[in-house]
Amino acid sequence: MDHFPTNWGRPRNDAFDAYATHPIHQRPYNGPKDTFADGVQRTQQPIVTGTSVLAIKYKDGVMMAADNLASYGSLARFKDVQRLHQVGNYTVIGAGGDMSDFQYIQYILEELSVEEISAQDGHELGPVEIHEYMSQVMYARRSKMNPLWNSLLIAGFKDGKRFLSFVDLLGTTYTASTLATGYGAYIAQPLLRKAVEGREDIITEEEARKILEDSMRVLFYRDARSLNKFQIATISSAGVSISDSMQLDTTWSFAEDIRGYGAQTQ
Amino acid sequence: MFRNTYDSDNTVFSPQGRLHQVEYALEAVKQGSAAVGLRSKTHAILLALKRSTGELASYQQKMFRIDDHVGIAIAGLTSDARVLSNFMRQQAMGERMMFNRPMPVNRLVTSIADKAQVNTQEYGRRPYGVGFLVIGQDQSGPHLFEFSPSGNSYEYYAMSIGARSQSAKTYLERHYESFADCNLEDLIRHGLHALRETLQQDKELNVNNTSIGIIGPMGQHEKPISPPGSFRILENEKVEVYLQSMEKKEEAADPAPAPVPAPAAAPGAAADDDVQMSG
Amino acid sequence: MPDMASLAHPQQRAFNPYTENGGTILAIAGADFSVIAGDTRQSEGYSIQTRYAPKVFRLTDRAVLAVNGFAADGNMFVKKVKQRLEWYRHAHAKDMPLRAIARLIQTMLYARRFFPYYVYNILGGIEEDGTGAVYSFDPVGSYEREACRAAGAAQSLVQPFLDNQIYFKNQVPAPGTSHPAHLPLPTVLSIVIDSFTSATERHIEVGDGLEIYIVLAKGRTLHGTESIGGMQELTTTDDGERVFVVRRDLKKD
Repeated sequence: MDHFPTNWGRPRNDAFDAYATHPIHQRPYNGPKDTFADGVQRTQQPIVTGTSVLAIKYKDGVMMAADNLASYGSLARFKDVQRLHQVGNYTVIGAGGDMSDFQYIQYILEELSVEEISAQDGHELGPVEIHEYMSQVMYARRSKMNPLWNSLLIAGFKDGKRFLSFVDLLGTTYTASTLATGYGAYIAQPLLRKAVEGREDIITEEEARKILEDSMRVLFYRDARSLNKFQIATISSAGVSISDSMQLDTTWSFAEDIRGYGAQTQ
Repeated sequence: MFRNTYDSDNTVFSPQGRLHQVEYALEAVKQGSAAVGLRSKTHAILLALKRSTGELASYQQKMFRIDDHVGIAIAGLTSDARVLSNFMRQQAMGERMMFNRPMPVNRLVTSIADKAQVNTQEYGRRPYGVGFLVIGQDQSGPHLFEFSPSGNSYEYYAMSIGARSQSAKTYLERHYESFADCNLEDLIRHGLHALRETLQQDKELNVNNTSIGIIGPMGQHEKPISPPGSFRILENEKVEVYLQSMEKKEEAADPAPAPVPAPAAAPGAAADDDVQMSG
Repeated sequence: MPDMASLAHPQQRAFNPYTENGGTILAIAGADFSVIAGDTRQSEGYSIQTRYAPKVFRLTDRAVLAVNGFAADGNMFVKKVKQRLEWYRHAHAKDMPLRAIARLIQTMLYARRFFPYYVYNILGGIEEDGTGAVYSFDPVGSYEREACRAAGAAQSLVQPFLDNQIYFKNQVPAPGTSHPAHLPLPTVLSIVIDSFTSATERHIEVGDGLEIYIVLAKGRTLHGTESIGGMQELTTTDDGERVFVVRRDLKKD
């Protein structure tokens, strides 16, 4: 016998309101419960991943670079993935880590941008606002023990000011004149700091491009999850531009002279 | 006693297409003491007339700080104003938490206007009995908005609400073209002149009944505040210097405006078909 | 060849919501002033994330909060405290007194007893009676008022030094004299700067920059420390408590 009168049935089935004319009150469910029924699967580890993102400040703005690879473990799974994403008119966000989580981030930022644009009141989200929003989203998700498994760089230029910041899956944030995620934090960051720190207001666009390209080359030589195909985003008073994919020119002829491992001829 | 067939429920239109409860709410705004707002290229200011119920009572608060960049002056039910201003504070702080920016003033005003609109449409609710003048500064400069219980909001160069506010409006309409280039002191003087028009014949503005709210750079009679330019309310001895700066009313070129009919006369009501005598 | 057991397990089984971002903070209370300082390096493991990430925040004209530990928690915590203080201002039209802020912080920390903010807080400032004060907290809200406190990566290096220099531990006064109860501001500033230069020498997570906040009680002066390099006043009024900040370089290696 079910002792809960609310479960004894109703004179008619009004649980479905075809014309949505009235909010239907949901009756409490008093039946047997399955503890695991509302169990949810959370991101416990990244699956398809992007590697480093690099960014530096230069004289007229900020520049960011990332390659086009999304790996599945050690498998180079997707080789034409764009990891730099424009948000609004002043900001670029670059991601390392889980690519499906990054696509979700692109989706929520797109929703946010649409909402902002449709207000039609002249107010626009700049890099500062996008950074704050992303740090709140990332921190909120880590606090639910359901992180978005990414390291993000946010670069922008608005009202004459350069902006460059980092946010990761823990909600950790910081800003600096050179930033690098993933493997790049170990390999490229020292190179970038040497080239940029103290020279932020001197470096030209061409110079900045060369610094990033050289660092991407070193990363391609040393990071097994990287690709020699990459893009550069430039954000300045002229706005945002994300380049087409570019090829790194690399030299491998030295490999023949290496002795001690690999195929030996002598 | 007049009674109206179509005024007991705000979800029912009168045959004339009017929502009487909403109009009564607008009357509540007109019962409140007056508030005046005006704007220059650099400043937005509010001036309000405080009432007290008698010698023994304190004066009712007429201005509220919402955030560093927004402040309001109210006319109508103070208790409703506190509810709404609390909501505005939440919105403004939420914007700072989420986006690290001062909330755009127009969006803040729209958010309470949307709230007020719900009360004009849903069964079992009543409209707010209070109107606001909202001043604020954001990326697009200083602003002045009016919010009313009907769910409307408008932006203005200058505006007044509350009892006898039509007289102040007349003053503002006559002078508003000069406001844009005024410095803070001149803007406040204009505001006081406008506010003075709302007074009953034997009353005058003094340090006890006048509040001034300011957004914009520090004026020559002010001390520095932090953050610079943020909303501040001047009361008591701090308004003295501005009251001193007013010109005598007789000197004003225009003759005193014709007395405005007392608001208690529920304008227009008598002419309506759907007004009936009740037993 | 790896054993089967290690192959069977995924590399990371549970998400760890915490990390440790290095750095050190300290605060010293004087008779009518309070000094709150922190380095500006933020690191994770052996990597320096940035050379400038502030850990010391002005809350009101008489309260300064230093946070150290997990930077994301720290920043969020400061933001929430600031919003609570804003609500207090809305309700009472004045700044919250220091001892009330201290209790507020304990309440906010303890509210997260079972998912703590992984942050060590030190609150410094001026009490309502005009005395300099320092409050120190553990991550779940235990707190006490003290004369000085160091926390963070180099706590174990700095605190013994402060015990010796501020509390005169293991020092014997010259015959017929006694140790002073409170040190003057110039002496305190020297001790703070020495603490951080020393910690920078001996601890890899400390360095890059130093931010020292000074809170002065009403009507007090800087006692001749006005000339110190990199000082800047943050208060715009001169009839209440005053807050100054000193920014200096530390070694970046």
